[in-house]
Amino acid sequence: MERMSELAISLASVERRFGSVRAVDGLDLEVPAGSVAVLLGPNGAGKTTTVRLITGALRAHAGTVRVLGLDPQTDGDTIRQRTGVVPPKPALFDQLDGWDNLRFTADIWGVSHDSVLPAAERFGIDHALDQAVGGYSTGMRTRLALARAVLHDPDILLLDEPTAGLDPESSRAVLDLIRELAGRGRTIVMCTHLLHEAEGIADQVVMMGAGKSQAAGPPTRLAAEFLREPTVVFDAEDRTGLDAITERPGVISATWNGALHVKLEDLDSLPDLVAAMVGDGVRLTRVEPQLPTLEHLYFEVQRTLRSQS
Amino acid sequence: MRLDRVLTVARIDLRRLLKSRDYWIPMSLLAGLFFVVVPFVMLSVVTSASGTANELVGQIGGVLDALPGPVQENIQGATPQARAAYAFAVYLLAPVAIIVPLTISSAVAAQTLVGERERGTGEFFAHSPLTEREMYLGKLISSLVPGFFATAIGFGAYSLIVNLRVGPEFGGWFFPTAGWWLLIVWVVPPFIAIALSVILWVSSRVTSTAAAQQAASLVSLPVIVASYAVSSGLLFDPTLAALLIGSVAWIIAVIGLISGSNALQRERLLSVGID
Repeated sequence: MERMSELAISLASVERRFGSVRAVDGLDLEVPAGSVAVLLGPNGAGKTTTVRLITGALRAHAGTVRVLGLDPQTDGDTIRQRTGVVPPKPALFDQLDGWDNLRFTADIWGVSHDSVLPAAERFGIDHALDQAVGGYSTGMRTRLALARAVLHDPDILLLDEPTAGLDPESSRAVLDLIRELAGRGRTIVMCTHLLHEAEGIADQVVMMGAGKSQAAGPPTRLAAEFLREPTVVFDAEDRTGLDAITERPGVISATWNGALHVKLEDLDSLPDLVAAMVGDGVRLTRVEPQLPTLEHLYFEVQRTLRSQS
Repeated sequence: MRLDRVLTVARIDLRRLLKSRDYWIPMSLLAGLFFVVVPFVMLSVVTSASGTANELVGQIGGVLDALPGPVQENIQGATPQARAAYAFAVYLLAPVAIIVPLTISSAVAAQTLVGERERGTGEFFAHSPLTEREMYLGKLISSLVPGFFATAIGFGAYSLIVNLRVGPEFGGWFFPTAGWWLLIVWVVPPFIAIALSVILWVSSRVTSTAAAQQAASLVSLPVIVASYAVSSGLLFDPTLAALLIGSVAWIIAVIGLISGSNALQRERLLSVGID
């Protein structure tokens, strides 16, 4: 996968207010070209406003926004020409059929109508192009919106809750698209509040809350920073052999939840721990280090931030 | 600014209108009523030999006799019935040329910008490379076209009716007269453009289509009254005054349209509260 070092998107101390509400409040965000950034956060965290600031659809009240090296407020048309957006609601023309939706989009972006059918085929919506979009299912609408967003082969793709309301198959298709586009060097920003969606596709995770970036970085770095006490699941033929595990070196705590979930100071102590238990005659049936998931990470970040405040 | 993009915005709207029976059926009925049904019935009554016709001709004749001498000279016809039919066909129905296109166009214009926000499709336009001016002009064209299309068809039908019902009295085809051409080509368009410039501005500012339509009615009414007065007056004296009034109206329209296009803000297309 090609990764370029320059920044495709850069937000520094950006603010955007709606009346007295600060939708984005001093946000810093850097997305390298050719990378996938996932904006994670609950509703109202400022994710959609951030996307709108990136395309210049909204004006920042303070701070600096640069996209492809350009200012969205002065070069917004150029930026939008090189950007594809899938909004939370697909924003399709319901009275028109799929062909019209894609052809008019092609006309606005100045691309050939020849690109319409391949884009529709790519998302498996080509069979429904003759139908009025108002009769599409949620999944079909999202597929058409995705086809529309990539019709002009954008350098940057902004996906705002692209899998909302989708069935698992359609959701997987969306995530596959993101992987494919990322593999072709496109810069992708995806907003979601579904943590599992970001797993495996994010080069960078930005956890947002109240318009701010609460934590940002590659998932592995965030895990190292916030998940300092790895968990290992243990089980044994005779569970009484696990009773005194908290007295062993390197063990912080242990709780039963189907099996014994043991928090260690670090994973380096695991081999010695297992060897000692086996040496004591404990016949272990399960030793499973829990890989840090984004969900763990997210809630750990929230817990850490709460404790800090 | 790219004309092809402007036309694409207009085509999107027009295609949607064409697919929307809720819009074009009532508007077609409106145009049909004003351009075909009412003129046909009235001219049929006036040119018939019934007692009602005689009474009506007498009343119209009384009105015509009260007009100043130079104005009376513009009304042709050898008999009172012919003069009444001429006055009715050429003068009294003139405001139709304003009311129909203005009503049809303002109905489109009122919902065009705020409607995009309500439907969520404003998000598409806001994230597109279209400039605000391209969007505005596209919306303006898509508002004007239905009104002028209906007027062109309706005016053709109206001319046919007038010439068939009243023409024989004047030696054949005589309508449209020079005054009507001046009205249709030079005077009506700027008045409609003035109204649309205000309505589009309102549509870009309010938060719902209902509010836009209410505001559009308030805007349309004085424009209709003003244009009614102007167009009726011009038909009595289709000379330099018409050109002057048309010119002034065009200047006001252009100023209004430029101001309107400058006032359109991209973020108002988004479904968020902007305060």
